[in-house]
Amino acid sequence: MSAGARAAEVGFICCRVCALVCDAGGDMAQCPRCDAEIRSRKPNSLSRTWAFLIAGLIAYIPANVLPVMHTHSLGDAHGGTDNTIMSGLIEFWHQGSWGIASLIFVASIVIPSTKIVALIALLVNAQRALPSRSAQFVRLYRMLELVGYWSMLDVLVVGLVTAVVKFRGLSDAEPRIGILYFGMVVILTMLATLSFDPRLLWDRRPGKG
Amino acid sequence: MRTYPGLIACVNCDTISERPNLARGEQAACARCGSVLLRPGLDAQQLLALSVAAAILYIVANIFPVIGLSLNGAHHETTLLGSVLSMADGSAAPVAVVVALAIIVVPALQIGSLCWLLVFAQAGRRAPLFNPLMHLWEHLYPWSMVEVALLAALVSVIKMKSMMHVHIGIGMWAMAGLVMLLIGTVHRDIRSLWVEIADAAGVAS
Repeated sequence: MSAGARAAEVGFICCRVCALVCDAGGDMAQCPRCDAEIRSRKPNSLSRTWAFLIAGLIAYIPANVLPVMHTHSLGDAHGGTDNTIMSGLIEFWHQGSWGIASLIFVASIVIPSTKIVALIALLVNAQRALPSRSAQFVRLYRMLELVGYWSMLDVLVVGLVTAVVKFRGLSDAEPRIGILYFGMVVILTMLATLSFDPRLLWDRRPGKG
Repeated sequence: MRTYPGLIACVNCDTISERPNLARGEQAACARCGSVLLRPGLDAQQLLALSVAAAILYIVANIFPVIGLSLNGAHHETTLLGSVLSMADGSAAPVAVVVALAIIVVPALQIGSLCWLLVFAQAGRRAPLFNPLMHLWEHLYPWSMVEVALLAALVSVIKMKSMMHVHIGIGMWAMAGLVMLLIGTVHRDIRSLWVEIADAAGVAS
């Protein structure tokens, strides 16, 4: 089966809520079935994606440099230890929990950084009519949608550990500001992914069907 | 405005195809970019059964402790809400809002609205608030993180077990079951309800 026409080329819009295809005769309309405001493309997709991405990039540095958790146990010389994302990971490695160390490495280091690079690649590709590798880029985009939120792993670990390690004086754990920045990186890059419209990858190119 | 219920457009490349008639277990892929277009799942009655089970496990997962610790005779445990409150205390407080949404509020809204929609749908009726709930559904979809929370609970157990005695609570078992059920329910595309319920009720003409 060869690929057919694209909706925008024939003036059709597909509703993002109920998936009804209708003949809108413009870029914007109201869906006759579900009343959603429907658009041919996500509004200001590229600038919104850039904005969220740049904000995420800014938060990325404090997220990795600042401590995410403070632990204190009886007999600690300097009143406790500050852990960053990286130092928590190294601790697992030294314990011999290589599986968990790799898991956290993927969720907290590999996914966020790849997401940033991949989003830049998608944006650049959507902005210029580069040789068409759009199918690969769509696959990349779908992967970002699928794996992006797993980076929240470290945020949720800090939440659980600090909630349960509460033995006054004996052993204590508290969240630190770094985890806020780390959470912001995850949320902002998720928002960037959601704002990006993969259909733009196919626009400005002659149809191949 | 003319509508074309027999057509379907790919969300990733905008290519129009004819809406195929698929049996359960089959799926249709876009001819241009390969994205999944349609994947019919369970019928409304089966989905409802799973959603009610998910609702029960959600309640268990939220009431009972997820992790407990023992240290020198002292015992301490936490629920999911406890982990949110712990985040809310201190300099990183705003992230507690995100955690609360991702592991408590969004899953509750999803499971609740799904049960509500399906109770009516399995009787062939359109639920009150059908439109707003279906719209809400579309926005909630990316923000549910129960499966990440389950993995986080397992990581936390391993993190602490070198220092103290860790118990896995009933809440964590319930979360494990809940994740299975969410894959079968909340992670499904329920937009077929628009065709089965809304069109059948004569809303789109």
